[in-house]
Amino acid sequence: MDEADIPADVRLELYERQHVLRQFEKRAYDLFMQNLVKGTSHLSLGMEAISAGFGQAMQPDDYVFATYRGHAHTLSKGAPLGPVMAELLGRENGILQGKGGSMHLTSVEHNMMGSYAIIGAHLCIANGTAWSAQIRGTDQVTVAFFGDGATNIGAFHEALNFAVIWNLPIVFVCENNLYMEYTPSDLITAVDHPAADRASAYGLERIVVDGNDADAVYLAAQDALSKARRGAGPSLVEAVTYRHGGHSRADPGKYRPAEEVEAWLDHDPIPIYHQRLLRLGVSEGDLATIQQSVAGRVDEATEFAKAGGAPAPESAMTDLWANGGSAWRN
Amino acid sequence: MAELSYREAVARGIAQEMRRDPMLVMLGEDIAGAGGVFKTTVGLLDEFGPSRIRDTPISEQAILGAAMGAAMTGIPVIAEIMFSDFIAVCFDILANEMAKSRYMTGGQMTVPVVVRTHNGGGSRFGAQHSQSVENWCMMIPGLKVVAPSNPGDVVGLLAAAIRDPDPVVFFEHKSLLATKAEVPDGEIIDTLGTAKVLREGTDCTIAALALMVPRAMEAAERLAAEGISAEVIDLRSLVPLDTQTILGSVEKTGRLYTVEENPRLCGWGAEIASLVGEEAFWNLDGPVIRISTPHIPLPSAENLEDLTIPSVDRIYETIKRTMD
Ligand SMILES: Cc1ncc(C[n+]2csc(CCOP(=O)(O)OP(=O)(O)O)c2C)c(N)n1
Repeated sequence: MDEADIPADVRLELYERQHVLRQFEKRAYDLFMQNLVKGTSHLSLGMEAISAGFGQAMQPDDYVFATYRGHAHTLSKGAPLGPVMAELLGRENGILQGKGGSMHLTSVEHNMMGSYAIIGAHLCIANGTAWSAQIRGTDQVTVAFFGDGATNIGAFHEALNFAVIWNLPIVFVCENNLYMEYTPSDLITAVDHPAADRASAYGLERIVVDGNDADAVYLAAQDALSKARRGAGPSLVEAVTYRHGGHSRADPGKYRPAEEVEAWLDHDPIPIYHQRLLRLGVSEGDLATIQQSVAGRVDEATEFAKAGGAPAPESAMTDLWANGGSAWRN
Repeated sequence: MAELSYREAVARGIAQEMRRDPMLVMLGEDIAGAGGVFKTTVGLLDEFGPSRIRDTPISEQAILGAAMGAAMTGIPVIAEIMFSDFIAVCFDILANEMAKSRYMTGGQMTVPVVVRTHNGGGSRFGAQHSQSVENWCMMIPGLKVVAPSNPGDVVGLLAAAIRDPDPVVFFEHKSLLATKAEVPDGEIIDTLGTAKVLREGTDCTIAALALMVPRAMEAAERLAAEGISAEVIDLRSLVPLDTQTILGSVEKTGRLYTVEENPRLCGWGAEIASLVGEEAFWNLDGPVIRISTPHIPLPSAENLEDLTIPSVDRIYETIKRTMD
């Protein structure tokens, strides 16, 4: 990938994006340990190259949909770090005012149209924003991220068929991290590549990329996005990756063979990218400066989040309906 | 003023709103070329074209999902689910996604979708094509639930549902589709959450919905001949619920009967009985009585189906027996 035709400044941004995601999620993990983050949370440490690559290739007004493992996609679409961190802490200054939490991160302002905790549902909903762009005659593309496990639910198949027959401007991106919760996907999936091997069933091209190489993801994203933008319809991209930790907060991930974890830790997207930039002539000093400025932003976000209070009790009763209230009777 | 069938009223209501709002679109199975399996969308394709009236695959999750996604970007959408029983297939999108997205996002999302569907029994279709499932939707915070009983209300309430920024499930009753009434010409816009007193009375209140409304009216006629004066309320909308009209009527009559085409357990009549128990107990002269379908799936044989869904006879007899 060193020779890929990607401008130097884009590469530096890809580097920075991956660092934002990595450092933010490491901080989120620390905050769990301090019991400041309650409930559950699903980190994508080790999977940063995918949201960074797509985030970089997208236009600001493109739409994004994520699963409950959606911190990275939300940040990569431009949502501010502080309010996202505050949401994890359940504070009133959280991006969802404490009503959504980690699994539902959304920022309509950034066209980040939500994180969905029911497997597969959002693939059907994502078709709707793509349809909307078609109706309004804009060139916006919708990108829907999902896991390998989601390929076995009916909604995945309904969404793909629907997107193809309506020729929707949408890119379905499978983040194949090899496991659905605790079970290796290959034990419970009829094909080796849960997304790509099914592409032909919908008349789509088979696309598999190295999900730990931000350049490879970026190029695949550019292809798929431009195809959608020129009216040539949907794509299904499978990005192969690995989560460094367990499925969720409570899971140490012990069911994974040690050699497997080790091999993937050696294939960590961030050192891979760091080495590439050095080979391409970027100095250690410049990279260190990026890392430090990201660390500063994550510190600030943490302070912002911790400074927020608990949501006002009366806010529990607001915003069920468009009139701002929750009354179901007169 | 022209005579209109309930089924024609559906198409008229949709057309009225499509003419007004060029962004409004509709999708569903067999709705375009075929005009709907119940012929409730006849003529719409001709007038509005295939980009606004769109046929879909048999993919209920994809239908409601696409409706929700388009709506959250500001496009008002009508989605048809052919038979209300099939809501079960896309219940996730309805109950977990559409209904909750505004609340969960701290008010960021608005989902102006109307889910239209054909509800109810009387067609001998059996237990998977005859259910009344408004209860399924009523219990979900975030969904509005409307079920008109006559053509005029169909047009007006459909317009109100379409103009409402929140997700609304709109139940059209299969056994009312052929019924007719005079409907005023021109634009009709009604208000959600308003019940109507269709018949004034002094001895008891009958609260009914959809197909049960004409049956309650007929039973009330027969009761009048026996000297019992029944007030009949057409609820029209379960969420929002017009509790003032119900409570006001009970204050006047002292007795309440709910007539619902639902399996007994957790039917909406129970909610209304509880409401009246809590807020109008001292106005009551007797127990609130629910007239409902027994707690069974609907049988398909003519005599059995007729036995299970509340009939005029059953409404009349129950009230007569208990009013003494
Ligand atoms: C419909 C549904 N079934 C089950 C679950 C429980 N669940 C949450 S995450 C998960 C595994 C999903 O795996 P995958 O799609 O590979 O995504 P990953 O967690 O690896 O990102 C399961 C089964 C759910 N949220 N929704």
